Amino acid sequence: MTLGTIWVVVEPSNGSLTTTSLELLTRARTLADTVSAVTWGGDGASHATRAGEFGATTLFDVGALDGALPGVPVAAAIEQLIAAHGAPEAILIPTSYDGRDVAGRLSARLDRPVLTNVTGLVDEGGLVTEHPVFGGSQTVRARFTGEGPGIVVVRAKSFVAESAGTPAAVLVAAPVGNVGGAGGATITTSHVEERSGPKLEEAAVVVSGGRGLGEADKYALIEETAKLLHGAAGASRAIVDAGWVPYSHQVGQTGKTVKPAVYIACGISGATQHMVGMKGSKSIVAINKDPDAPIFQIADFGIVGDVHKVLPALIAALKARG
Amino acid sequence: MNIVVCVKQIPDPAAPQSLDSSHNLNRLGKLILDEADTYGVEMGLQLVDTFGSGDVTVVSMGSAADVAGLRNALAMGAAKAIIVSDDSLRGTDALGTAKVLAAVIRRINPDLVLCATESSDGYTGTTPVQVAELLGLPSITFAKSVTVDGSSVKVERQTESGFDEVSAPLPALVTVTAGVVEPRYASFKGIMAAKSKPLEVLSIADLGLASETGPTGARQEITDVVAAEARTAGEKYVDEGDGAEKIVAFLESIKVL
Repeated sequence: MTLGTIWVVVEPSNGSLTTTSLELLTRARTLADTVSAVTWGGDGASHATRAGEFGATTLFDVGALDGALPGVPVAAAIEQLIAAHGAPEAILIPTSYDGRDVAGRLSARLDRPVLTNVTGLVDEGGLVTEHPVFGGSQTVRARFTGEGPGIVVVRAKSFVAESAGTPAAVLVAAPVGNVGGAGGATITTSHVEERSGPKLEEAAVVVSGGRGLGEADKYALIEETAKLLHGAAGASRAIVDAGWVPYSHQVGQTGKTVKPAVYIACGISGATQHMVGMKGSKSIVAINKDPDAPIFQIADFGIVGDVHKVLPALIAALKARG
Repeated sequence: MNIVVCVKQIPDPAAPQSLDSSHNLNRLGKLILDEADTYGVEMGLQLVDTFGSGDVTVVSMGSAADVAGLRNALAMGAAKAIIVSDDSLRGTDALGTAKVLAAVIRRINPDLVLCATESSDGYTGTTPVQVAELLGLPSITFAKSVTVDGSSVKVERQTESGFDEVSAPLPALVTVTAGVVEPRYASFKGIMAAKSKPLEVLSIADLGLASETGPTGARQEITDVVAAEARTAGEKYVDEGDGAEKIVAFLESIKVL
């Protein structure tokens, strides 16, 4: 290993750490001699056990944020940690709503560049990052050329999280200090939307709809098919942009990365922006009326047909099976 | 309520894309206003309308050889466009871009800055928050609803499990997701009016930022570009009323059913 120290920002969620955070810890411990983690939110002690189990020896805990969005206080705390403990060679951050805020704030505070949309990390006498481009048909490999720490934002499911069975990380408090007016964004109320069935990123089956559905109401076909297959419903950017379904359903470069056992793309032509979010699926099924739709080039099983005929028939067939 | 909307002119995403010999995205063809930015422009126009006074300025960085995208934003109703265009900006990274945009926004001193969550060509997704940090402003990302009063902005922010209501004192920066508003089409009157609206082109020297931009300022390099592991097309059938049946059989074969 040529890398001394890597810090990983590990993101709290419902009292635990997000899966992407654990994926990053798993990769970091194979790349660097020492892995430390940074978290926030007030459950530091239990996170220290979890972060330790996945390879972190120290957990820097920013603590409760009292409603502040994490970006500013967490970046400010990391800046202070660097002043106190020295800079790591790289700081790995999960691609998420809050992770990207932390990365942007930290980059500007430290005046260090940031590399995002990373799906691979290798050690070639220094850290090399891998980025899928053009729908994942090519991989750009990049590296930092200046003084560290390099800030790296990594997409979900780039690595598989595996426990190292190592003991709890040592918990160290990470003070925020004064952040001034920049820290003024405050959460006043949180709304949890009810969800039936598995999360999009964790579902074994994902059924996604695109522009080929023709109108917003037809998305119900996608939801029903997903439900019958005990899966989750996804969407292309086109129908999210059109306001048919919320952004949280979006699969692709600007949305979520999914790697289910089977991905069923319905009325999705296969724009490069979509492909990069689902081409890691184990199997891909595509239904599209255009026989030349790019989605068929990566589909293991394709039906050239009208989603308005095929989906109702599929729903009936699945119901008939009970 | 004076609002700056950061926008980007990008190669048409529907056209074939390629990298040049320096591994930069080829930007030689026609440029269009990034569709992701039309939501911010529309949001800005609606907020100014609701507030009753002020205007929208669009701020951009990139080649000014083609400004059709900026004219489009002006035709939608923005009052003014400013683009920083300079050959030396080629190869500028997200932080360098943020420095350029922040330098322009500082001159305007708006109440609110709106951006897309990320561009549709580079997808870095950090530039807006970097701009906010450089300007010392609070930021709220991934807005699915935005309202303002004279002193604060209230946002419904997308989260993994639903959404949060988040507020920040003005001035502030907000990034909007697609679908937050329905962007208007420019009217004929708007298109005609846009031709005489101010469109200012600034150079890097105007902003005094030379060493922060370009490949040197980026402090990163692409080492190589390699072909990714390709997926191959499998079976394909034309639906003759048996498409659903065939899908069920395939799902059985991979043990999903």
